[in-house]
Amino acid sequence: MTVDLSLNYFALFGLPCQFNIDETALDCAWHALQAEVHPDRHAHQPDDVRRAAMQQATRVNEAYATLKKPLARAQYLLELAGGIDAQRLNANTVASEYLFEQLEWREAVEETRRANDADGLEQLALRLQIQTDAILTQLAEQLGPRRDFNAAADTTQRLMFLDKLRRQIDDALAAIDT
Amino acid sequence: MTYSNKVLDHYENPRNAGSFSQDEEGVATGMVGAPACGDVMKLQIKVGKNGVIEDARFKTYGCGSAIASSSLVTEWVKGKTLDEALTIKNAQIAEELALPPVKIHCSVLAEDAIRAAVDDYRKKHGEK
Repeated sequence: MTVDLSLNYFALFGLPCQFNIDETALDCAWHALQAEVHPDRHAHQPDDVRRAAMQQATRVNEAYATLKKPLARAQYLLELAGGIDAQRLNANTVASEYLFEQLEWREAVEETRRANDADGLEQLALRLQIQTDAILTQLAEQLGPRRDFNAAADTTQRLMFLDKLRRQIDDALAAIDT
Repeated sequence: MTYSNKVLDHYENPRNAGSFSQDEEGVATGMVGAPACGDVMKLQIKVGKNGVIEDARFKTYGCGSAIASSSLVTEWVKGKTLDEALTIKNAQIAEELALPPVKIHCSVLAEDAIRAAVDDYRKKHGEK
């Protein structure tokens, strides 16, 4: 079996093209496809077959990595269905109230990190998770039945800031651990 | 990636870091952000009765180039009228700091911050 490289990532795994996905179905489909195209299976075949298998395996892994993470999935879906590209998502169009909030978040993370306060960081992580969940619910509505891609782009920009915060909190926790 | 000496200088000795109180006379605030790298930049200007920017402050969460760009801009806007401040372009910032092409967006963010701060001042004071 070969992987059709012209299929979009959702179709590749036989999933409906929407933001809310069945993660178990995604994992299963990924394992099945990976087994088919894994380079080890084609080790004794001619060069061109091995090259094709390698290309397909790369594509399958890219697709999985994209759909697995909500932010990457939203960005992919925006581009695929809404024609909204990375440039639009990086435009300086985020409401300043939200940016003020982000500044406060970053200050809080920095202060907590400086105080070596692991509990404080865990609390911030928890608060961040609640905010992130709310944003994801909103995104599912905007990218789902409403198909409001402009609103979804704005929401995705917020998710990008929350993703950065998440990484900063993780870094801070790792720095305290060591 | 290596930073230029000028970026390092601003990074290690930031000029005018901090905040003015929002409701201080003549203070206006520009907030900008770049979602892709998660940078957030706050630029505040304090405008005198004569319409000249007397002082400026910045607070930036981002990479060294973003911090240096905003630090530099606080120096450059001082002593300028609002219209003069708006003539500061990202290319000048990038040139002064010798920013590599991948960091040009940091200077763009700093230019946007000036515009946002001037807009905020004019909105508060009923101009335009």
